[in-house]
Amino acid sequence: MNIDSIKDGFVIDHITAGRGMRIYELLELDKIDCPVAIIMNAGSKKMGKKDIIKVDGNVPLNLEVIGYADPKVTVNIIKDSKLCEKLTIPMPETLTNVIFCKNPRCITSVEQELEHIFKLTDRDENVYRCIYCETKASL
Amino acid sequence: MKSLIDILDFTVEEIDELLVVANDIIADPKKYSEMCKGKKLATLFFEPSTRTRLSFEAAMYELGGNVLGFSEAASSSSAKGESVADTAKMISCYADIIAMRHPKEGAPLVAAMNASIPVINAGDGGHNHPTQTLTDLLTINREKGRFDNLKIGFCGDLKFGRTVHSLINAMSRYEGNKVYLVSPTELKLPDYVKKDVLDKKNIEYIETQSLDEVMPELDILYMTRVQRERFFNEEEYLRLKDRYILVPEKLTNAKEDLIIMHPLPRVNEISVKVDEDKRACYFRQALYGKYIRMALILKLLKEAGTI
Ligand SMILES: [Zn+2]
Repeated sequence: MNIDSIKDGFVIDHITAGRGMRIYELLELDKIDCPVAIIMNAGSKKMGKKDIIKVDGNVPLNLEVIGYADPKVTVNIIKDSKLCEKLTIPMPETLTNVIFCKNPRCITSVEQELEHIFKLTDRDENVYRCIYCETKASL
Repeated sequence: MKSLIDILDFTVEEIDELLVVANDIIADPKKYSEMCKGKKLATLFFEPSTRTRLSFEAAMYELGGNVLGFSEAASSSSAKGESVADTAKMISCYADIIAMRHPKEGAPLVAAMNASIPVINAGDGGHNHPTQTLTDLLTINREKGRFDNLKIGFCGDLKFGRTVHSLINAMSRYEGNKVYLVSPTELKLPDYVKKDVLDKKNIEYIETQSLDEVMPELDILYMTRVQRERFFNEEEYLRLKDRYILVPEKLTNAKEDLIIMHPLPRVNEISVKVDEDKRACYFRQALYGKYIRMALILKLLKEAGTI
């Protein structure tokens, strides 16, 4: 894959350096078929260092996950090799079955059918907590 | 449907309103003796807590209502694998209000999300226990007459003591209180409570290992039990459990109008000799627990349109 020329897909830019891999996992990009590139520690005038993810292919993109994982990113949607949309992603108020509570004392640890729901409890500090046990989510 | 899962579900005004009703019940219990006639409280106790369950049951009986339920998981349908959500839906067909205790954190919230009747959290693991906090607030209201400008000492297990975290949270909503945190290093108040509650609300606090040092200052002394089940090793428990034992001699330089509180049950952290001291109010506190639960049941049933 020539990482500079994407036909139909997206580029997640301005990822805080070091978070690229985690976003890759959260978006489950390991499960898709089309070409994916992760660029780590790329030079950035604005940020010093940044990570970038490029995907060449029409895969559904869960923007909520990105807003949770790194609200500073921009997402460039590319169609016919042209930039067609540039998105910034707000932090979502709630996350349902995106991240999972690992607290062994939480009701979700014994009831498998419960949805794992996290709420944004501190916008300035980017804190999400499990609605059941209030455990803080860690990236 | 209004439920009580976390003490912060209620505004300061709602808590004030509950206290007014509780005080009115104490003044004239007869007026309330038939208010819940024909209504049923389901006490769903997935782990035993005789004290809390009896307090809820006594509260409902004194309102003229009835009680059904179970007192441990083995005798409930969850022993057969029923989910909390299903239990809540099923009980909604039989009762008018639920009081639930569960060893897992968040279980009462799951019940509230699925029930069509109000749910009261009667304790979910080491997480929340809002009716204990309401009990503590009614005690302070009755015994001190105010919630502001108080010097409150918490002593013992401040790390795992959820009643302590919850009361600190509730008291931080009022002006001019000062908090004294007395504990061994191993059982200090967690940093997140200091950061998220005390620092955020600008509450003045000091941490110390010496109860004697702060005793003369205190308006309220809140004693706690060091709980065996919170420790992974028995040795550490045995080493810490007798660190603070309140005996009459310790109270010689305390204020005359100090009040000594304890969520009960106690083990040995307050000597029985202290019971005769007029400043000891932990048994009155248990009585207040019944009255505040009566006020709470009334509030939730009224808001649900049941009474
Ligand atoms: Zn949880």
